[in-house]
Amino acid sequence: MHELSIAQNIIEIVSQEMKSRQLKCVDTIALRIGALTCISPDALEFGFQAATVDTPLESTKLVIERLPVIGKCLSCGCEFEVEEYVFICPECSSRNLDITQGKEVEIAYLEAT
Amino acid sequence: MAEKVTIEKKVLSENDRLAAEIRSTLENLGVFCINMVSSPGSGKTSILERTLAHFGESIPTALIAGDVQTENDADRLKKAGGKTVRAIETGGACHLDAKMVKRVLDDIDLQDIRLLFIENVGNLVCPASFDLGEDLKVVLMSTTEGDDKPLKYPSMFRRSSVMIINKCDLLGLSNFDKEKARENALTINGKMKIIEVSCRTGEGLEEWYDWLESSVAQKKR
Repeated sequence: MHELSIAQNIIEIVSQEMKSRQLKCVDTIALRIGALTCISPDALEFGFQAATVDTPLESTKLVIERLPVIGKCLSCGCEFEVEEYVFICPECSSRNLDITQGKEVEIAYLEAT
Repeated sequence: MAEKVTIEKKVLSENDRLAAEIRSTLENLGVFCINMVSSPGSGKTSILERTLAHFGESIPTALIAGDVQTENDADRLKKAGGKTVRAIETGGACHLDAKMVKRVLDDIDLQDIRLLFIENVGNLVCPASFDLGEDLKVVLMSTTEGDDKPLKYPSMFRRSSVMIINKCDLLGLSNFDKEKARENALTINGKMKIIEVSCRTGEGLEEWYDWLESSVAQKKR
């Protein structure tokens, strides 16, 4: 499952930040995850917990903000939330869209001492 | 007292960095690169066998075949005439990533290569998240799968430029509705180019070969 790869990447990035910023303890990792990434928050939390046993991040919690898919119609300019993965403009029915939000897998911030 | 520490970093930034390096190398050498994705068994290896047999040496091609276990696909591609074939056995990972691909590419002489196929692990979920430095993704599905496949895997079908419907010689033997499958694909991705083929009989492959030839020709050195 790729959530484990994602969790391992998060651990690597946060561990580097702890070193470079001399952080002793990270209470929370705040993530932004777009709905088009097919990343399951439960699976990610599970993977993160499994991968942090006996490490400095063992007690760290993940806080996950889910971002909806936002499309921008290139025909009429309408910006809308893409519902049920139907990539059709609700105003003019064009399929000529840009996706402006929904693919994010980001670490927004940490809460740390 | 815990403090907020702003990070604002992409989790896959390392993969993206390596993918950008791959993309830049292939750009400089004029190599057109396709990331082939599908469920297991849709026909990725079969269409590559057909492609190798058709073009022969007229389009110098390199192929990377990824699987969790075995080098079976790479062996098939060598037998089909592939001169530059490498296997990646992930040993567990359900997708290829840029680090795996770069390691293999660093070992291939790409000077004379014009076309690179990366046959990803059979999986329509995870490979969508991992940029491999390709020009585009080609997604395969077959008539022995559900015609709602594009709706079930929107991320992958949205990120692909071409959809190949394989096993068209078996139409009518299942409830697969080809028009519904096309409509579903276009609902997810209005720009999707759709090619209907049978790797077994050869039906429809001319369109695939023509598209490939033209795409390779457009990628200048």
